[in-house]
Amino acid sequence: MSGVSTTTADELAEATAPVRFWNRQRRLGAALVIIGLIAAVIFGSLADSATARFTLSEDAEGAALSINGQFGAILFGVVTIATGAAMLAGVAKRWQTTLLSVGIVTFVFSFLCWQVAGKFLPLVDTASGSLELALPLILGALAGVLCERSGVVNVAIEGQFLMGAFGAALVGTLATSVWAGLISAVVGGVVIAALLAVLAIRFLVDQVVVGIVLNLLALGVTGFLYERLMQPDALKYNAPPRLPEWRIPGLADIPVIGPVLFETNLLVWLALALVLVIHFGLTRTRWGLRTRAVGEHPTAADTVGVRVRGLRYLNVLLGGVVAGAGGAYFTLVSTGAFNKNMTAGAGFIALAALIFGRWTPFGALGAALFFGFAQKLANYLSAVGSPVPNQFLNMLPYIATIIAVAGLVGRVRAPAADGVPYVKS
Amino acid sequence: MTTEAPEKKEEERGKEESFFGLFLHNLWSANTVVVTILSIFLALLIGAVLIVISDSEVLATFSYFTARPSDALTASWDLISQAYADLFKGAIFDPAAVQAWFDGSGDWKTALNPLSETLTYAAPLVFTGLSVAIAFRGGLFNIGGQGQAVIGCVTAGVAGFAIGLPAGLHLLVALSAGLIGGALWGFLPGLLKARTGAHEVITTIMLNYTATLFLGWLILQNGVQDPDRTDAVSKTIESSAALPSLPQPLRVHLGIVLAVLVTAGVAWLVNRSSFGFELRAVGVNPPAARTAGMSVGRTYIWLMVVAGGLAGLGGAVQVLGTADRLTGQVAGNIGFDGLLVALLGRNRPWGTLFAAILYGGLRAGGNLMQVDVGVSLELVTVLQALIVIFIAAPALVKAIFQLRDARTARLGASMAKGW
Repeated sequence: MSGVSTTTADELAEATAPVRFWNRQRRLGAALVIIGLIAAVIFGSLADSATARFTLSEDAEGAALSINGQFGAILFGVVTIATGAAMLAGVAKRWQTTLLSVGIVTFVFSFLCWQVAGKFLPLVDTASGSLELALPLILGALAGVLCERSGVVNVAIEGQFLMGAFGAALVGTLATSVWAGLISAVVGGVVIAALLAVLAIRFLVDQVVVGIVLNLLALGVTGFLYERLMQPDALKYNAPPRLPEWRIPGLADIPVIGPVLFETNLLVWLALALVLVIHFGLTRTRWGLRTRAVGEHPTAADTVGVRVRGLRYLNVLLGGVVAGAGGAYFTLVSTGAFNKNMTAGAGFIALAALIFGRWTPFGALGAALFFGFAQKLANYLSAVGSPVPNQFLNMLPYIATIIAVAGLVGRVRAPAADGVPYVKS
Repeated sequence: MTTEAPEKKEEERGKEESFFGLFLHNLWSANTVVVTILSIFLALLIGAVLIVISDSEVLATFSYFTARPSDALTASWDLISQAYADLFKGAIFDPAAVQAWFDGSGDWKTALNPLSETLTYAAPLVFTGLSVAIAFRGGLFNIGGQGQAVIGCVTAGVAGFAIGLPAGLHLLVALSAGLIGGALWGFLPGLLKARTGAHEVITTIMLNYTATLFLGWLILQNGVQDPDRTDAVSKTIESSAALPSLPQPLRVHLGIVLAVLVTAGVAWLVNRSSFGFELRAVGVNPPAARTAGMSVGRTYIWLMVVAGGLAGLGGAVQVLGTADRLTGQVAGNIGFDGLLVALLGRNRPWGTLFAAILYGGLRAGGNLMQVDVGVSLELVTVLQALIVIFIAAPALVKAIFQLRDARTARLGASMAKGW
């Protein structure tokens, strides 16, 4: 009975019914038609009939993609309706994902046309801002992938972030070296991960309970030391150097993509590389096969000689390394100083990205980028004084995750043994 | 872990011993009481280490530890004993103030103030703790106490300043508004769990932040925001909706009485009512409960409604009792603290009440500690979390103190289940 989706009475009825008209594709199609109608009618009528400029730079200057706001809102809304209608009509299954993505993307475009009409949206700034906001989410979600694919639930990502951020600020300042800061961020993440591993794997404590309590512990310890050490003497303890931005000559001159991907800090490259490495590792290496086996069916893995607990320890600690590096973002990249509870729920958004991304590295990357974009958009909209409250845009990651686990947009399934401690019998 | 044989032998020996011998034997075994007390002790020990290593003056004496160890030891001891003495004085009573009361030089209010503070902080925790505890008994992990409390704060607060009613009735309406608001916020994950199987841990975590963001938006709206203020603060609730409290400066209010009554109600609901029987059955073994003819889905929904309502009531008590108005942080951390309280109270209603009072005491004492010796209030969060870590891993405490196996071993690892 341990899956995100436990079987319900309704589902059993579903299994026996031969073919239901309102299958998943038609339900999704209907949903797309509805949001498309909202976009075309409401966004279209609210939008000013003024030019919306999407500039290809960090400000209002330079070349831009321009479109009439009202026309754009209606046009993209109609495209959304069309994709929904195609799914309702029952196109081949292999087009389903493409159509769904097109539908959602055009809906976002319609929304943007409405909001940007008469103003401008700098694309480079938006893209690099989204990537930066997504950075801790990517690393946090990857930490979750490492833990949960081997069967240990990790809700302590928030705590690992906090310890990482704190360690980076403290040691980075004392050693006046950003690299020492980065290393101690990793150590901070590993400390929480080690506690999680020992309590969950050795002492068999409920993993969700441990995770939540470790979050509170990290919040308390970092807050306590912050108030005792850093607040009285910020210069001595809380002024870490920032991670430098590096520019790769040549590649950085590519329009839009160049400045976003090739003129940035090391952590961004590290995160993107880790997505590839972990994906490759999980699907192509012996370690990955064993990890997945331990996460899905530990007894079977044990029978063929895999050390279940050892592998889980290893993966949880590796997760701590990755999440700790994610914590370094908050002090070494974002703000340049530690503050009490400065992660403010980012660990839980990372958890949402992990679940929304279906426990896969690339899924996590996509979800994290999407959530980062939503946050960046919320910041932008509140800066230009949009009537849409930024709190509602900030709710987007959470609501999207609820919709995802409720199976309204396809089911997400956790590794079968996720959260179940392994006791050799 | 251990084999059956030695346990049995000890049991036989126990029968021969006198009552006193039995008592002594149990004194150092891994039963609930001993593990709880030792957990608190261990937490205070680690807290003491944190206090010392974060104090630069005391740390300075450690730099010449080998030359004059007595300096470092007395400095550490003074700091720790003063901090923990403050924790006690702020939470239970200050001997000096009580002395002054008997002399006639002070008044009873000062003497009772620590207890009043403890109960003030404990009141909302009782509700959020019960919310988590009752859900646990039904096999659900309600991490959404925070969100449900936030929504309870919102609905109770809005009812408190938006409508005008006579004194008693207004309070009743505002409390019910908090109850209903929290219940609705609990209904949602319950419904999703029953209908789609969406795991309640994930949905309630997400709903926590959704609720907080909603609160952040709401208090800036016209009609809610205090017209005289530019920051995110709502209007003050009418005095007719406020929970009656003891005369100033004592802050303890009717909420703690309500908390005791609700604890009794929940204890009856869980242990004596047919719904309680169903929820315990579903909590222990859902397929068996289904076979026995119970509707597991319906139990989940009602359970989350009740749990949400309790947490919502906690939020209402917070607003109507102490906060008086909505702010972004009005609910503080009562939802997550409720989680710790329920775990410490081992998911039993009366246990939860006592755990809440203990945590309220830590919080109240922490305030004095911060003012008096400058040890940050955050230490209390550390202590609270540590206590629960040790409680949740009794095997750890048992190993550290070499405890005997308990006769009635009810201390398993807490329920271990996945997503």
